[in-house]
Amino acid sequence: MVRIKVQSEDFDTGAEIATLTAGRTDIGGIGCFIGTVRDHPGPVSDGSKPPVSAMTLEHYPGMTERAIGKITAEAEARWALLGCTVIHRVGRLCAGDNIVLVLAAAAHRQAALDATAFLIDWLKTKAPFWKREEFEDGTGTWVDARDDDDAAAARWG
Amino acid sequence: MTGQTGDAGPRLTILYFAWLRERVGMSEESLLLPPDVNTVGTLVDWLVTRGPGHAAAFQNRRAIRCAVNQEFAEPSQILAAGDEVAFFPPVTGG
Repeated sequence: MVRIKVQSEDFDTGAEIATLTAGRTDIGGIGCFIGTVRDHPGPVSDGSKPPVSAMTLEHYPGMTERAIGKITAEAEARWALLGCTVIHRVGRLCAGDNIVLVLAAAAHRQAALDATAFLIDWLKTKAPFWKREEFEDGTGTWVDARDDDDAAAARWG
Repeated sequence: MTGQTGDAGPRLTILYFAWLRERVGMSEESLLLPPDVNTVGTLVDWLVTRGPGHAAAFQNRRAIRCAVNQEFAEPSQILAAGDEVAFFPPVTGG
């Protein structure tokens, strides 16, 4: 079962795992990744810019769900998954808030862990979300795409 | 092909996201394309002539990604009437 949600509200990781495993006795392992908003000094480390206090996630409604569907279908083609869940939040989020939840269930741990890593690596480079960071002085900037995210996605071929 | 009028090309919906939306100054526009505009690449060539906002948004084309009908697309992709064409920066979710 593939479960995909794009939502502004927070998610309950325990409840999502319970939904994924409800009534199943064939699952031997569940991989889990939770991405959260990190408080960091901002793009300028010499203190000339105030710290990041929040971010706003914009997305492309319609394409977002379609792109995540293609990514989960690819994961199912590569690993014998018994279910997976992707929940991505949008809108304004503060430091410490959840951003994204990825769950992948399989009979054995390697498939569950590898599929989880694959799903988040491809989500970061192939799903249409954009982060705009806000600084404590009220200014903001769009986050640049990172080369190491592209490298992480490329290692899966 | 539907949606054509006289010598004009097809009508498309153009969407802009993130800093492209801010620079163009709108999130969406519906445009009747000139007859010689029939690919993503020639669409961008034409859009940059439509005003300073568009010109600023598309200044560095290598920093821009495109989707046609919600699938990633290359500059060579052929456009048809009714297509939804989106322009946006490289994605930064997750």
